Amino acid sequence: MDSIISIKGLSKTYKTGFEALKSVNLEIKRGEILALLGPNGAGKTTLISTICGIISPSSGSVTVDGFDIISDFRKTRAIIGLVPQELTLGSFDTVWGTVRFSRGLFGSKKDDAYLEQLLKDLSLYDKKDSEIRALSGGMKRRVLIAKALSHNPKILFLDEPTAGVDVELRKDMWKIVNKLQSQGVTIILTTHYIEEAEEIAERVGIINNGELLLVEKKNELMESLGKKQLVIELKEKAKKIPTTLNKYDIELSEDGMQISYTYVVQDEETDISDVLNEITNSGLLLKDLKIEQSSLEDIFVDLVKEGP
Amino acid sequence: MNLTAIKVIYLNEMMRFWNTLFQSIASPVISTALYFVVFGSAIGSRIENIEGVSYGLFIVPGLTMLSVLTQSISNASFGIFFPKFTGTIYELLSAPVSFYETLIGYVGAAATKSLILATIILVTANLFVDLNIAHPFWMLGFLVLTCISFSLFGFIIGLWADNFEKLQIIPLLIITPLVFLGGSFYSIGMLPELWQKVTLFNPVLYLVSGFRWSFFEVSDVSVGISLSMVFLFLAICIAIIAWMFKTGYKLKQ
Repeated sequence: MDSIISIKGLSKTYKTGFEALKSVNLEIKRGEILALLGPNGAGKTTLISTICGIISPSSGSVTVDGFDIISDFRKTRAIIGLVPQELTLGSFDTVWGTVRFSRGLFGSKKDDAYLEQLLKDLSLYDKKDSEIRALSGGMKRRVLIAKALSHNPKILFLDEPTAGVDVELRKDMWKIVNKLQSQGVTIILTTHYIEEAEEIAERVGIINNGELLLVEKKNELMESLGKKQLVIELKEKAKKIPTTLNKYDIELSEDGMQISYTYVVQDEETDISDVLNEITNSGLLLKDLKIEQSSLEDIFVDLVKEGP
Repeated sequence: MNLTAIKVIYLNEMMRFWNTLFQSIASPVISTALYFVVFGSAIGSRIENIEGVSYGLFIVPGLTMLSVLTQSISNASFGIFFPKFTGTIYELLSAPVSFYETLIGYVGAAATKSLILATIILVTANLFVDLNIAHPFWMLGFLVLTCISFSLFGFIIGLWADNFEKLQIIPLLIITPLVFLGGSFYSIGMLPELWQKVTLFNPVLYLVSGFRWSFFEVSDVSVGISLSMVFLFLAICIAIIAWMFKTGYKLKQ
């Protein structure tokens, strides 16, 4: 898969002296769903706002579909759609009016049939003549999505798309995202909700303090950095861990009915069968066992803690 | 050039005018009528003709300029300030639209509204006085240039302002006094000599004077100087806007 967005050494320092982005390098692949994960103030919005042209970079370069975002801004912006974090809409515009305005602003020819279908897909069609101020927060979010998609973009940025959104809209939104991806649209979403990234993204980028700590396929990330925990329930209460197991970092629960062993899958020194054999031979009577996989959230917390 | 974007920005701005059509038309008609009742009939009947022109007629160009200047500034400044205030500016900044296309859309709409307004005022004035325009093309030329120049100025104020107070402060504290003191309702020849010289520093004097000349061939300063001042003001506004766009002043971080 080739890159549709190529970011090289991108830095942004605001006038206040705050360094929002510190030499970020990132290749976003055509047609993928990438989640940029990071705590509030990590630099996620600054990164996507720079790519979209809302913020000027201090240094570095960004190309979109091979074109520079500054010298060829018309070509790059024409293929990008942005759903901002805030519900920023003109209160007195109608849904239909604002969506048509967006399409025109991006230089696309009038296509009412497309816009009508778009509003239907977003369950907005029956509200098309309503003024924005009369809509609920969830409906306004849908309008923002409709505006971002009004010019058939090849790339869609969703900045914290599910902030303050109910379950129904969230589900609808993921349906739309999946449909768009099947049509070849590249989707980049920023979020600080780990479940969102875990649920939908193919690759995850973790950003903190303006630095991109890593970008990896979600599954590989969880495999390479994810910890697993072997939890064994005992038939009889154990007073302490048998001495033969001292070489392993095994913990005994307070009630003495459970032992747990945390290990890293990719760690070459770890051989789970050896550990299991030694536990079996230690004289402990096993009742049941299970293996728990650490979540993306655990990985994220670990990385952000270790990060700068 | 993204002509479609210019068109939608222009039409979107004009839509606000049409949406408040009654207010847009009633307001200038009522205020013009009030000025004529107060200045034209009540006070004007006791004022002698000024350079052969009755007082009721004499105030028509000044009255038109008063509305054109304040409305051009107000429409253009509000037009660009509002998206900044609500946050919808993100769409404009992320669209394949250059600063100049944005400018043409917003300023074009503001200038159009002012032209419509000026026409309404002149038609209303015609109901009170017998209006004959000596140089209609010059009149239209002055009017169009003034509408564009002050809409550009309004656009600058709209970009500069980051709250409603700033948005109001220049029209209220600078423009309105300049218009009233720029010979809108009197000839500067009626002032003491010192104040005549002070008034020469007021740019609005040249606009009103040139505009009045196109109606009655009567002016406080020569029409050539008036025209030069309009172009100078236009050039200054364009230069400021060019600098603002180049630096992304108050638009981009």
